[in-house]
Amino acid sequence: MTTKDGRIAPPRNGETQELDRVTIRFAGDSGDGSQVAGLQFTNTAALIGNDISTVPDFPAEIRAPAGSLPGVSSFQVSFSSYDIHTPGDAPDVLVAMNPAALKTNLPDLPKGGTVIVNTDEFTDANLRKAAYQANPLEDGTLSGYRVIEVPITSMNARALKDSGLNTKQIDRSKNFFALGLMFWLYERPLEPTLRWIDQKFSKNPAVSKANADTLKAGYHFGETAELFPVHYRVPKADLAPGRYRSITGNEATALGFLAASRLTGRPLFYGSYPITPASDILQELARFKNFGVKTFQAEDEISAIGSAIGAAFGGCLGLTGTSGPGLALKSESLGLAVMVELPIVVAMIQRSGPSTGMPTKTEQADLLQAMFGRNGECPVAIVAPATPAECFDMAIEAFRIALRHMVPTIFLSDGYLGTSSEPWRLPSVADLPTMRVDFATDPKTFHPYSRDPETLARPWAIPGTPGLEHRIGGLEKADITGNVNYDAENHDRMVRFRAEKIARIANDIPDLKVIGEEEGSLLVLGWGSTYGPALSAVQRARTRGLSVSHAHLRYLNPFPANLGEVISRFDRILIPEMNLGQLLMLVRARYLVDAVGLNQVTGRPFKIAQIEQKVNELVRSKVTVG
Amino acid sequence: MTTETVTEPVPLARKDFVSDQEVRWCPGCGDYSILAQTQKLMPDLGIPREKIVFISGIGCSSRLPYYMNTYGFHSIHGRAPTIATGLKASRPDLQVWVITGDGDGLSIGGNHLLHILRRNVDVVIVLFNNRIYGLTKGQYSPTSEMGKRTKSSPMGTIDHPVNPLSVALGAEATFVARSLDIDVHHLLTTLDRAAHHKGTSFVEVYQNCNVFNDGAFMEFADKDVRPDRTITLEHGKPLVFGKDRNRGVRLNGTTPEVVDLGNDIAEGDLLVHDETREDPAVAYILSRMQYPQYPVPMGVFRAVQRPTYDDLMDQQIQDAISREGEGDLEALLNEGDTWTVE
Repeated sequence: MTTKDGRIAPPRNGETQELDRVTIRFAGDSGDGSQVAGLQFTNTAALIGNDISTVPDFPAEIRAPAGSLPGVSSFQVSFSSYDIHTPGDAPDVLVAMNPAALKTNLPDLPKGGTVIVNTDEFTDANLRKAAYQANPLEDGTLSGYRVIEVPITSMNARALKDSGLNTKQIDRSKNFFALGLMFWLYERPLEPTLRWIDQKFSKNPAVSKANADTLKAGYHFGETAELFPVHYRVPKADLAPGRYRSITGNEATALGFLAASRLTGRPLFYGSYPITPASDILQELARFKNFGVKTFQAEDEISAIGSAIGAAFGGCLGLTGTSGPGLALKSESLGLAVMVELPIVVAMIQRSGPSTGMPTKTEQADLLQAMFGRNGECPVAIVAPATPAECFDMAIEAFRIALRHMVPTIFLSDGYLGTSSEPWRLPSVADLPTMRVDFATDPKTFHPYSRDPETLARPWAIPGTPGLEHRIGGLEKADITGNVNYDAENHDRMVRFRAEKIARIANDIPDLKVIGEEEGSLLVLGWGSTYGPALSAVQRARTRGLSVSHAHLRYLNPFPANLGEVISRFDRILIPEMNLGQLLMLVRARYLVDAVGLNQVTGRPFKIAQIEQKVNELVRSKVTVG
Repeated sequence: MTTETVTEPVPLARKDFVSDQEVRWCPGCGDYSILAQTQKLMPDLGIPREKIVFISGIGCSSRLPYYMNTYGFHSIHGRAPTIATGLKASRPDLQVWVITGDGDGLSIGGNHLLHILRRNVDVVIVLFNNRIYGLTKGQYSPTSEMGKRTKSSPMGTIDHPVNPLSVALGAEATFVARSLDIDVHHLLTTLDRAAHHKGTSFVEVYQNCNVFNDGAFMEFADKDVRPDRTITLEHGKPLVFGKDRNRGVRLNGTTPEVVDLGNDIAEGDLLVHDETREDPAVAYILSRMQYPQYPVPMGVFRAVQRPTYDDLMDQQIQDAISREGEGDLEALLNEGDTWTVE
C-alpha cells in the first residue's frame, strides 16, 4: 500500500476536509457492478442534499470477454454543494477494479487525481488482457497520481468467507466493498444502500446479507486502515425548495409520455422495436399497464411506427421510439403520418452513426435526418430536451404540439441525455399543462381535410363515430374533401398547407430566452444535451468578465419566433454540436448569419473546458478585429 | 367541430356500403367481384358501418378501401398489417379488415404478414393473388410460377414462388382459407366465415388480372373444368371431387393420392377434412396440392381457436389494475427515493 504525492496535500490523520465538488468514476469489467455502485453512490449523495449529475459509459451491448479492454464499463458521478450542469469534465477519483479499467480510464484522470486500484486483479493474465507490457503499479505509469492500492477482491472474499456462498458468488459482491470504502471516504451514510440491497435481493437472503456485510466491511476498512489520512465532506447544495428524486433522461421521457396520456384522458399506445439507447423507454412504459398503457414490441422499426399510426387513427396517443438507424427505417411511414396528418410522436434517442456506428455512444448527428430524412416536402415538428429532468416536460410538449396541430412530432433526445441523471424537482400533477383532445362528431359540418383557421389542423375523426366514415391514405389529398387528387394546383396548395402548419407552431411555443446580456459580442447557441457544458462554459467566461451570453433551443422545427431577432443582436454566434455542424447549417441558411461551429463527434459529450476555450478564442479574435 | 351526435340505425343494404368514389380498376378485373361480395357481406355482419375499418397497402387490390363506405386507410406498401395491429390493439371494439395482394403481402410486407398471423390479432386479411404486379404494369410477383416470362423476366423467372397458404400455416394462422374471384357464392361464404372467426383470418383469393396475367387460373378455375380440377374442402366430409363426384383424395403416409371411387375404394378410405385440427400438418399437405398433379383445394383449410393478441393485451391491463389498482400519476412520480429541500 503506497500513497504517492497528489494535489491533495496529506493532512493530519482523521481530519475531515470540506470540498465543494467531487467527481468520481467507478470503472471495472462489465460484470463488476460499476453501474450499481455508481447509482447507489449517486442516490445517496442526492438524498443527503448534494446536486448531482451522472453519466454511464457502457461497452458495446454484448458482454466482451472478462478483463478485456472492450469489456470495461464505467459510471461517473459528480456531486456538489452548488448547482451543476454536467457530470464533470474529468474525474477527481478513479476506482479501477482491474488493469483494463485502469488502462481505458486513466487518460481522463488529470495529474494529481486519486486512483484507487484493486491490486488483486493486477495478475499477469489480466495485465496481458489489458495489453500492459509491464505492471503499471510498478513501472511509473502512475507517477503524478495519488495511488491507493487496496486488495479489494481478497478483502471482500475474507469478509464473506462464512457467507455460505461459492467463490464466484462472493466475487460478485466486491463492488459493494469498493462502494463502502467510497462512502467512508466521502462521509456518506450506508443506510440508503442497505435498504436498497434489502429490497433488491429479498428473494435471496444469502446474497442480500453478503452484499450488506461487504458494504460495511469496505466502510470499516476505510475507517481503520491508515491509507486514507483524511476523508472529505461535500456540503448540501442550495437547490430550489421542493421534493426531488434522481432521474435519468429516458425514465423522465417515459413518465412525460405517460403524463400526456393522463392529461388528455386518451390511452397511450407505444409501438417500438428494441434499440440502444431507446429500449429503456419501452421497458419503462411496459411497467405502466395499470395506467392503461399498451406497449407493443413490434417485429421491426417499420411495424413499430405503423402500429403507432394505427393507434393514432383510432384516437389514442400513438407513440414510437427509436434511434438513428430505426428512424431511417421509419422514414416512409413518417411521411405517411405527414400526409394523413395524424398526431404521432417519435421518441428519437440519437447515438453515434452512420449505420450501426457506436450504439452505446452519444451524438447529435441526426438533426438533419429528423428535419429532412423523408421523400417529398415532408416537414415534421421537432422538440429537443436539454437535460435529463427536462425530458419529462418536453415529452408532454411533444404530444401537446402533435395533438393541437395534428402533426407528427419528433422528440429528439440522445444517448447522453437518456442515460445520465440529475435531481428532478417533482412537479405536482395539478401544475402540469392542461391538454385537451377534440374529436370531430358532426356529420353535417365534417370534411376530412377542412382546416382550423388558426392552426390549419384538420379534424380528428375516429372510427366508431357515426356518419363520419371517410378514407385517408398516402396519395395526395384534395383540399377539404380529402379525396385522391392529382391536380397540379391542388398539390401545390397542399404542400404549402403542410409547411404552413408546421410554421404556425411558432405562434404556440415560448420565445427563446437569453442567459446573460440580451445583446453583445458573442452568443453561444446550443440544442439538446450540449446544454450543461455550454451553460457552464458561458458562466465561467462571464465570471472572468467576458461578454458572452447563452441561449438554448428546445424547439428545432419550427424555431422560436424570435430566434432571428436574438441572433441579430450579437456580433458572433457560436454553435457547439456533437456533429459536423447541422444546426449551424440550418441557422446559417435560415438567417444568413455567419455563425461558427464547435464540432466534435467522439461519441462523448463536450467538456466545459472545450467550449470555454472556443469562447475565449472568439471573444479575443473579436477584440483583434474590432 | 360540434358535439352533436347523429345516431343512425344499422344499415341493412349493400348500397349503404358503397362509397361515392368511382371505381377505377381495369374493366374485367377480378377485383370487381371481390369488392361486390365484400359489400354484399357487410349488412349481414350486423356491425354498424362506423365500427368497420378497411386498411390496405399499395397495389391494385389496395384501392378497395376507397370504395367501401366505412372508415378506411390506404397506407403504404406492405405495411397494412402494422397499422391494423396498432388500431385493433388500441381499439378492440372495431372490426378491422386488411386488403392486400401477392406483392404487397408476400414480398415487401412479408415480414409483417408472418407476425400478424403468429400473434393472432383479430383482423380479417384478404390477399388478392393474381401472380403478377399489375399496378406497375406487368412485372413478376413472388407468386408467379417459375420460368414465367414478364416484362422484368424476358427469359423467364428464376425465382421459386411462395405458396401463400403454406406460409400462413407455417406461421400457425388460426384461420386459413382460399377462394376464387369468379366463384361468387363460394367467395361470399368464405369471407363470411373469415369475418366470424375470432383471431387472424387469412383468405387467399385467386384473382384474375385480365390485362397483365389473363387466364392465370383458367386451367382449373374455368367453370367447365372446375369440378374436375378443384376440390372443395368441407369440414367433417371426405375429400370427394369431380363432376360426377367419383374421384377422391386419400393420404398415403404424408403424400396425398388421387383415386377413383368404386371397385375396392370407398369414401371411407378417403381423407376426411378436419379444419379444427390443432396440428397444421395435414392442412399444410393440402396447401401443397397443385394442378395438374392434384385438384386445387378451395375452402377453409384451418379454423382453430387461440386467444387473440388484442384480448391478451387487454387482459394484462385488467390484471395489472386489479393487482395494483388504477394507476396514480402523482404517486408514480414520487416513487422510489425522494428527498425534500426546504
